[in-house]
Amino acid sequence: MAKLIELKGISKSYDGEKVIDSMNLYIRDKEFITLLGPSGCGKTTTLRIIGGFETADEGELYFDGVEISVVPAYKRNVNTVFQKYALFPHLNVYENIAFPLRLKKVAEEEIQTKVTEMLKMVALVGFENKSVSTLSGGQQQRVAIARALISHPRVLLLDEPLGALDLKLRKDMQNELKTIQQAIGITFIYVTHDQEEALSMSDTIVVMADGEIQQIGTPTDIYNEPKNAFVADFIGESNIIDGIMLEDKKVKLASHVFDCVDGGYAPNEPVDVVIRPEDVDVVAPEAGMLTGQVTSVTFKGVHYEIIVDIKGFKWMIQSTDYVAPDAVIGLYIEPDAIHIMKKSKYSGKFGDYSSFSDEIDQLSDADSAEEF
Amino acid sequence: MQSIAAAPHIFWAILFIILPLIIVVFYAFTDANGKFSFSNIASLPSYASIFLLSLELSVIATAICLLLGYPLAYIIAKSNPRNQKIFIMLLMLPMWTNLLIRTYSIMAILDNGGILNTLLNTSMHIVGTKGAVIFGMVYDFLPYMVLPIYTCISKIDKNMWEAASDLGCNTFTTLTKVIIPLSRSGIISGVTMVLVPSISTFYISQKLGGGTFELIGDTIERQFVTGALNVGAAISLVMMVLIIISLTVMNKFGDPDDGGIIV
Repeated sequence: MAKLIELKGISKSYDGEKVIDSMNLYIRDKEFITLLGPSGCGKTTTLRIIGGFETADEGELYFDGVEISVVPAYKRNVNTVFQKYALFPHLNVYENIAFPLRLKKVAEEEIQTKVTEMLKMVALVGFENKSVSTLSGGQQQRVAIARALISHPRVLLLDEPLGALDLKLRKDMQNELKTIQQAIGITFIYVTHDQEEALSMSDTIVVMADGEIQQIGTPTDIYNEPKNAFVADFIGESNIIDGIMLEDKKVKLASHVFDCVDGGYAPNEPVDVVIRPEDVDVVAPEAGMLTGQVTSVTFKGVHYEIIVDIKGFKWMIQSTDYVAPDAVIGLYIEPDAIHIMKKSKYSGKFGDYSSFSDEIDQLSDADSAEEF
Repeated sequence: MQSIAAAPHIFWAILFIILPLIIVVFYAFTDANGKFSFSNIASLPSYASIFLLSLELSVIATAICLLLGYPLAYIIAKSNPRNQKIFIMLLMLPMWTNLLIRTYSIMAILDNGGILNTLLNTSMHIVGTKGAVIFGMVYDFLPYMVLPIYTCISKIDKNMWEAASDLGCNTFTTLTKVIIPLSRSGIISGVTMVLVPSISTFYISQKLGGGTFELIGDTIERQFVTGALNVGAAISLVMMVLIIISLTVMNKFGDPDDGGIIV
């Protein structure tokens, strides 16, 4: 697939603070790409630069091989679904969707055909004459999508479009968006801080933090082969432990030498080791590679979330078997469950569950709504 | 508790709003001896030409205020927040001076031997024309047009401008297709706040009209000065009714959610 959009050395600062730092990225035609990161990582700013609502301080933006850095938004073949929908309150559902066509002075019959087609696609037939302010959040969302797609843009930008919807509706809309994207075959650039949303919808995920791209890859790559401690922690749950690479396929952590599948490091190089909570098996203490004491057990429905203290480092383990708090258990880890990463500036900041709390996670998710 | 807190306001409203209205109605329908009579109302058609002249001048003044005021409000709302405060203050500044004094100053500028003619070394006859009266109305009432429109435009969500641009609007179509429709309630408020004082003004026409013509406000004033309270009250009453009718009609075009001035 050909490169459709390319960002070359894009930087952007607000009040002297760098939001995006010399970013390079290309986006292929017809792919579903997600910019994923915590609030303030620069993902929305990147989207706004592509949409034409912000101009980069440095760098160039190419669309289909043509530089468009200074082309205004209304001349770009790109449309946006805004976070708060931005429907026009003075127009009804039909006129909101017809808006871009009316601007182009398209013939009345053609407008009618196309709007009807769009209404069918977003399942809003019968809502034509409703005022947009009487619609629910999910319905407004659909109108916004229909309005953005009616003039057949090459690219659709979506800025946390599901942020305001409740969980159930969000799941439905995720599937629907993916279906729409595949049906019409255009590029979707999606911005979210929700890693699950990113994993389930995207062809490609771009993980961002502090205005820089941390990793670009498919959802499975990002999950299974995170590049650094930030990515490992942000995508799913991870235990990130300091280790020493003794030689290829041998890593020492928590005073135990493990077999692993990675190589290519210098002898005795300090590394970050990622072990996913679901990849650890709970066994009897004498059968375990490591032993530790359980400090807390939480029932999560599908599994128990067990926090284990191993030599002062708190590990998270997900197991379908119950263990009692304060019990001493053994841990068994397969070689291919151990993922080795080079040390980075994020080493030591993540992956320890000693101060773990679900509430804190949710709070940090909620505040990203105001980011731009 | 609530009724006790509201009591002073209710008392105020009765004393200074309801009671005067009743007095106006009473005078309008009685003769000089206090007997019920339709003669005041019956005499009104003779003032129709004066009323139409008042309507003409105030409609023209309102239209000019809208044409000048909307772009001004738009520019202020689009400028950065610090400049917005300065612009608004500059706009309000003349209003700190008494209306009568401002009107006298205009007269001093426009008069036959006034500042303008002296500066240009001409002998233009401006005071005493319709143009001078309209100019006075525009000068005195322009801020009342700009402020509600400015408030309305600055309240429009930033996303609306971006969505318009995203969907293919240039600066001009953003204005005509999105911003003007969304600031409709501000326009209605502005038009109301300029039209109502313009149509009933008397000192602007007295000073700048130079005594050559009379507007409905002057007529009402003259009735009261000469002691013809009953006719004056009748004209006032009819004016009030006409204004209420026109405001109601205008509000029909307003946004039902936050329609400018509700009657």
